Amino acid sequence: MDFRLTDDQEALRAGMRQLLDRHFGPTALRHAADPLAHHAPNAELTRLWAELGAAGLFSLRADESAGGVGLGLPEAVLVFEETGRALLPGPLVATHLAGSWGLVPGAAEGRVVVTAMDAGRPSPDVTSPPGGTAPDGMLVEHLEAADAVLVVGDGEVRLLETTGSDLAGAVKDGEQAGSPPAAAAAPAPVPVRSVDPLSPLHRVVARPASDSRPVAGDQEEGPGARRGQRSGDGVGQEPGDGPEERLPTVAGRGKWLPAVDVPGKWLPTGDADVLRREAGVLTAAQQLGSARRTLEMAVGYAREREQFGRPIGTFQAVQHLCAGMLVRAQTARSAVYAAAVTQESEEAYAAKLLADEAATSNARDCLQVFGGMGFTWEAEVHLHLKRAWLRAEQWGTSAAAEERLAAALL
Amino acid sequence: MDLTCTPEEEEFRARLRTWLARELPTLPPRPDPLDWPARRAYDMDWQRRLHEAGYAGLHWPEDAGGQDATPTQHLIFLEETEAAGAPYVGAGFVGLLHAGPTIAAEGTAEQRARWLPPILSGDQVWCQGFSEPDAGSDLASLRTRAVRDGDHYVVTGSKIWTSHAEVADWCELLVRTDPEAPRHRGITWLALPMDAPGVTVRPLRTLAGSTEFAEVFLDEVRVPVTHRVGEENDGWRVTMVTLSFERGTAFVGEVVACRRTLRLLAKRARKTGRWDDAVLRRRLGRLNAEFTALWRLIQWNVSEAAHGLRHGGTGVPAEGASVFKLRYSHARQELYDVAAAVLGPDALDLTREWTRERLSSLSYTIAAGTSQIQHTILAERVLGLPKGR
Ligand SMILES: Cc1cc2nc3c(=O)[nH]c(=O)nc-3n(C[C@H](O)[C@H](O)[C@H](O)COP(=O)(O)OP(=O)(O)OC[C@H]3O[C@@H](n4cnc5c(N)ncnc54)[C@H](O)[C@@H]3O)c2cc1C
Repeated sequence: MDFRLTDDQEALRAGMRQLLDRHFGPTALRHAADPLAHHAPNAELTRLWAELGAAGLFSLRADESAGGVGLGLPEAVLVFEETGRALLPGPLVATHLAGSWGLVPGAAEGRVVVTAMDAGRPSPDVTSPPGGTAPDGMLVEHLEAADAVLVVGDGEVRLLETTGSDLAGAVKDGEQAGSPPAAAAAPAPVPVRSVDPLSPLHRVVARPASDSRPVAGDQEEGPGARRGQRSGDGVGQEPGDGPEERLPTVAGRGKWLPAVDVPGKWLPTGDADVLRREAGVLTAAQQLGSARRTLEMAVGYAREREQFGRPIGTFQAVQHLCAGMLVRAQTARSAVYAAAVTQESEEAYAAKLLADEAATSNARDCLQVFGGMGFTWEAEVHLHLKRAWLRAEQWGTSAAAEERLAAALL
Repeated sequence: MDLTCTPEEEEFRARLRTWLARELPTLPPRPDPLDWPARRAYDMDWQRRLHEAGYAGLHWPEDAGGQDATPTQHLIFLEETEAAGAPYVGAGFVGLLHAGPTIAAEGTAEQRARWLPPILSGDQVWCQGFSEPDAGSDLASLRTRAVRDGDHYVVTGSKIWTSHAEVADWCELLVRTDPEAPRHRGITWLALPMDAPGVTVRPLRTLAGSTEFAEVFLDEVRVPVTHRVGEENDGWRVTMVTLSFERGTAFVGEVVACRRTLRLLAKRARKTGRWDDAVLRRRLGRLNAEFTALWRLIQWNVSEAAHGLRHGGTGVPAEGASVFKLRYSHARQELYDVAAAVLGPDALDLTREWTRERLSSLSYTIAAGTSQIQHTILAERVLGLPKGR
């Protein structure tokens, strides 16, 4: 047993840090967050994607025979930790999964932008809704820039084309004119004013399909009710083959409505649970990177800033805030790395839960250490906090993780 | 990032399991937790058995009578013994985890030959006489005086919160030998026989009702100079060499035990219907995450320690030790608060399971460096923030 990073892993992390500094350093971050700067966000993301694709971010775990780098989840976690640290924008986790799993052609190279929708319950014994689910729809990041949406449901994964008929009113810019008319059941995305300036959001609103099953409130469908497991033979099936084909099946005691009912193409992957777990671990890694970055920022500021004739870092109240941030970051680090190594679902939930907490709480404590400066748009702190809030809603909320981890004790 | 064990380590685990399965059924019944002489006898019986089987002082160096096991083997040992429900180190704590390693690292050949074998064999119990009424967190301000008189030191003063003092044979004692020197420079480490004339032990009752610690009064106690470990006035350094050891791996078995308790709590809650309370359920779920992470944090610390040892360092580095202690002591207190929520009004009944542990968990944020002190250590020594005043 040697839990520490190997020399290769250290080198990979250092290399990623340098690379991100080149492609998305402090200046680029400031520009991206500048409300007054001229932006072409989708074009900027497309360019960034090509660079990241060339660097191997999306093909990291694909087999070398398939043009990938052939690395494992622990390495991906280190790389994603760096993306969280740099506040790199974009649907990184979704495109990485699409590329590394070979789900979407072009994703591995960064030629297409893939975002995702988490449309399933994390497990049959959990009764809380999936991440991103709101009563009136599901939030999806970077939908406009995206070429496709991975819909990760209960035991199945589908792909929606943003330029085709899968969504009502094609959202990818410039391609609206030629789009075929949307299917009757196609969900309609509505732009949302995102709290995170670097993460545009859409709310994808359900449209009742004509053959809609009575899902909510159906007493027959207890929390254990699940649709039949799909196997690979459903690939590419057309929507509308009957109620069995619809997503998702969030039928928990009628407590919430089916978030969205989408058509789209079956993907030849059996294991939505594994996909979701990996997405959770990679998102946790980003949270960890953010938590360690805000700790660094707070410590740096506490050393420099003087009040009452001495650095504020000499005040115990400030010191202990910083020490608490370190404790959170190191605890989350153990959990995230262990989840990457073991790939067990309990560890993955623990990792997401603790990393969400580390990222959000560390950003807040950092903000406190920065004083009035922390409340400005200028300081980077708010960007970390806002992104941490966003990620906390993705791929397993704290509520879902706690429920799952409680159930695992029985 | 490798969490697997080598074939040798797995073999070590298998052998240990076999031995535990044979040995544990032959143990005497557990003593009354309030009866310290009986507890000493029980704990030392267990230590004797470990010694005979070759498991005593696993992590000690071979020339100190130990097995020179790797930190990973030590971790496996602590994990397996706790998982099998074996006795805890108990009264052997100070001897095995602090005084012993200090003597092994800093003592002369004669001192090692004299004091280490009886620690390993379970014949002698040590206690730790560091804290004083006016020197707690600020340990370096200790005032117990030792004045040289020929080949003896004459020691006068008092110690407090000395765990197991009632049943100890020896005390690792910090005394002031040079009152003029800067605080950290005038301290000396002595081995004090608890039956020496002039030593008075007055047990103190803890809020849990037990007398696990005591006041120790020292009235012109004569301690031979040969009982000094390290140089005169070098006691601070001598002590610190092994202090992080205590903070690093001392709680491994307890974390394993906490995870078992957590599962029992969930099952109990399910049986009594309190499981339907979502707030309680989610607290249990969060604790599952906490203890899962704490176990991984231990593995991280042990990996760092093993790496350090290969490169001439000592045990667990300060960072890992303090991070772990802060998070663990908090998690343990939350665990027993959740236990109380599971028990409901029965949490007020001291004869119920978990109620005494809830009380004793309150000491975890105080003993062995308070949480505030740990935060300061992290801020100043690890994060490099400027020293406060
Ligand atoms: C169960 C138990 C067993 C023990 N066993 C032993 C033993 O075997 N041998 C031994 O020598 N000692 C032992 N101790 C003593 C223990 O090490 C001390 O209690 C501890 O170091 C704190 O010292 P104190 O009690 O004097 O508290 P104080 O130092 O007086 O602290 C009181 C409060 O002030 C805070 N405080 C103090 N200084 C600072 C500072 N600089 N900054 C911020 N806050 C500060 C503390 O955090 C605490 O909240 C034991 C204690 C307990 C509870």
